[in-house]
Amino acid sequence: MDRTLDNLKQRKVKAFLFKSFVWFCGILTVGILIYILLFILLKGVPKINLKFLFGEYNSETLSVFSSMVTTVQMIVLSLLISVPIGVFCAIYLAEYAKRGNKAVKVIRLAIDTLAGIPSIVYGLFGMIFFVQILGFRASVLSGVCTISIMILPVIISSSEEAIKSVPDTYREGSLGLGATRLRTVFRIVLPTAMPGILAGIILAIGRIVGETAALIFTSGTNVLKNPSFNLMASQRTLAIHMYMLASEGLPHSRDMAFATGSILILVVFVVNYATTKFAGRIGRSQ
Amino acid sequence: MQNIKQSNFSEITMQAIFFLSALISVLAVLAICLFLFMRGIPAITEIGAMDFIFNEKWGPTNTPASYGILSMIVGSIYVTAGAIVIGVPIGLMCAIFLSEFCPDNIYKIVKPAVNLLAGIPSIIYGFFGMEVIVPFVRENMGGNGYSILSASIILGIMILPTIISISESSIRAVPESYAEGSYGIGATKEETVFKVMVPAAKSGILTSIILGIGRAIGETMAVVMVAGNAVMPLDKIELLKPIRTLTTNIVTEMSYASGLHESALISTGVVLFVFIIILNASLSSINSKAQRN
Repeated sequence: MDRTLDNLKQRKVKAFLFKSFVWFCGILTVGILIYILLFILLKGVPKINLKFLFGEYNSETLSVFSSMVTTVQMIVLSLLISVPIGVFCAIYLAEYAKRGNKAVKVIRLAIDTLAGIPSIVYGLFGMIFFVQILGFRASVLSGVCTISIMILPVIISSSEEAIKSVPDTYREGSLGLGATRLRTVFRIVLPTAMPGILAGIILAIGRIVGETAALIFTSGTNVLKNPSFNLMASQRTLAIHMYMLASEGLPHSRDMAFATGSILILVVFVVNYATTKFAGRIGRSQ
Repeated sequence: MQNIKQSNFSEITMQAIFFLSALISVLAVLAICLFLFMRGIPAITEIGAMDFIFNEKWGPTNTPASYGILSMIVGSIYVTAGAIVIGVPIGLMCAIFLSEFCPDNIYKIVKPAVNLLAGIPSIIYGFFGMEVIVPFVRENMGGNGYSILSASIILGIMILPTIISISESSIRAVPESYAEGSYGIGATKEETVFKVMVPAAKSGILTSIILGIGRAIGETMAVVMVAGNAVMPLDKIELLKPIRTLTTNIVTEMSYASGLHESALISTGVVLFVFIIILNASLSSINSKAQRN
């Protein structure tokens, strides 16, 4: 009797320890996040000023303006390339492909492979193919081409999921009314799946903004005094700007690296909020 | 009649366009393999495959130059292992917390926090590591702080969201009846979770770990900022000493490399790429095994 009681006590102690450890790890994860965010924001936000945000770049302002404009160019252009390809690919996979088709298997394998390739390998490929072989040199264009491939899997998988979550009754209704398959896809399926597709696009924007390794040898680290729309010029994005400032090691550039980091974090906040908002909307509509 | 023909035509054209778009991913993978190998393999044969992979001496600017990346392969393995040792227990426990123990109102805080952690760019992690973890290691454990340990800690944090989200959903996918059976024979909640739910979710958890390994071994910018990047002879590699990994080898030298040196750096990328392909292959074999069960 005593032994079973002891045993029970022991089990309760173990259970309690286990439970506390699980709670501790949950809280630790949130704690790490808050620490990182506060550490960057508290040191960075006070350093942000108008000259830094919108001024001309020089060794004194270390302005982010021209890098911000490059980042926006990079986002717009790579989305222009990737979104149509990615969404069409998702339409093929979700609406047209037959189950067990060999081609589909190969395509899925390719998408999974793309998703797993580290960004430095994309950077190497971009440097070999776009910069050297196609002769785009280190330029925004080379960066855009490299990034477009990198974000493809993100766009494809979120679009495919969104398209698959459109109830079959919608399709049947449309086909029953005599609409063609194509018309059904464009008029019924895509509009219904739009929030999920948008969530994927926003996720891709987040990846572009934060990308460094794939861009450092493709679009390069050069910075122009004022924003330029010359796609053949080598220009740095925000994240690379931060890397260059951080690795310079001077107190002033270090301060401004904190400031650039704060801007990046604000972008991440917006991206995250928008993604969950859109993704939540599909959840609710069902 | 003409209308129908027309729509038939556009149906077929668009279907072809959809299919071609889908093929672009395949083309991209083929192009990446082709050009990486095209530039990387000749350098490996010129250096000698054995010499390239199993020599620990890397000195592209020495005379005679030497191009051995063994020390970086070992470095990549060390920091990745370190990341797993730090990230997997915390991540798995956090996943258990989210799926089994977390009250709803706290879930609403922790879950978005995990998502946010996934969205933070590697440059921010690297900078944080450089400003916080490196000085911490320097002051409390010795060395100059730029070390395997610092890189492992940063990578351990970076793989947390991967481990947490995938493990959480795989634990949630375990049928309720498993837990009921366990409660029925008198097990406590904690015993049920630890001895029934987690083992039942093991293929999902394994998937999360492999994806975490992939992320850690391929990470570049965060590592380059905290690892010190010195090429260490194998017998000098220590937890608190600097290290160079495959990825950081590429990023630290590419800007001034040319000729065989540049090709050797691309070959370093090829070796990394082969690692990633092996990880992917093991991932799909786990998935197909899980599907068969």
